Amino acid sequence: MTETALPWWIMLPAAVLLIVGGTLTLIGSLGLLRLSPFYARMHGPSMGNTLGTASVLIASMLIASALAHRPVVHEILITVFIAMTSPMTAILLMRAAVSRTR
Amino acid sequence: MSAFFDFAVAFAQVCFALAMGFATIRLLRGPRAQDRVLALDTLYVNAMLMLLMLGIRTSTTVYFDMALLIALFGFVGSVALAKFLLRGEVIEP
Repeated sequence: MTETALPWWIMLPAAVLLIVGGTLTLIGSLGLLRLSPFYARMHGPSMGNTLGTASVLIASMLIASALAHRPVVHEILITVFIAMTSPMTAILLMRAAVSRTR
Repeated sequence: MSAFFDFAVAFAQVCFALAMGFATIRLLRGPRAQDRVLALDTLYVNAMLMLLMLGIRTSTTVYFDMALLIALFGFVGSVALAKFLLRGEVIEP
């Protein structure tokens, strides 16, 4: 690990965001595995997709900015892209499930 | 503080690996096709997060490009599979 030069006020929020994002993603995937009907199973991974991805990307942005000594914001591309495309996939999959069970 | 950060990175990686395992179990076991498509969607998001964790660990920006490409092509694949399940063909004339 090479992050020994980072200040603690960068490392503490980044570590908390990483733990929160990992826990949210794990809970979402556990919901995908354990919930029984498909319409209930749909809700689990969307939480991990949006909130967990946002947490991890903000942590990555903090680390990259502290390492480069300037603001590095290109991780926001992935955040915006996931936040735009995850509901679209969910809507299409739900319509497919409705039309297949009918 | 550095030890806590190392623990956080390792914890997040274990979480994403477990999440990928759960998604793989659902992908292999899913009763219908839409369950498998949903499991594939979860699997690619988790793989993208795992690549970002690798990028944090090694403090390089190479993994960011791979994560962006995985997000892009994963979305295209999920939408194509959902459209196929919905209509029976992907690109309609």
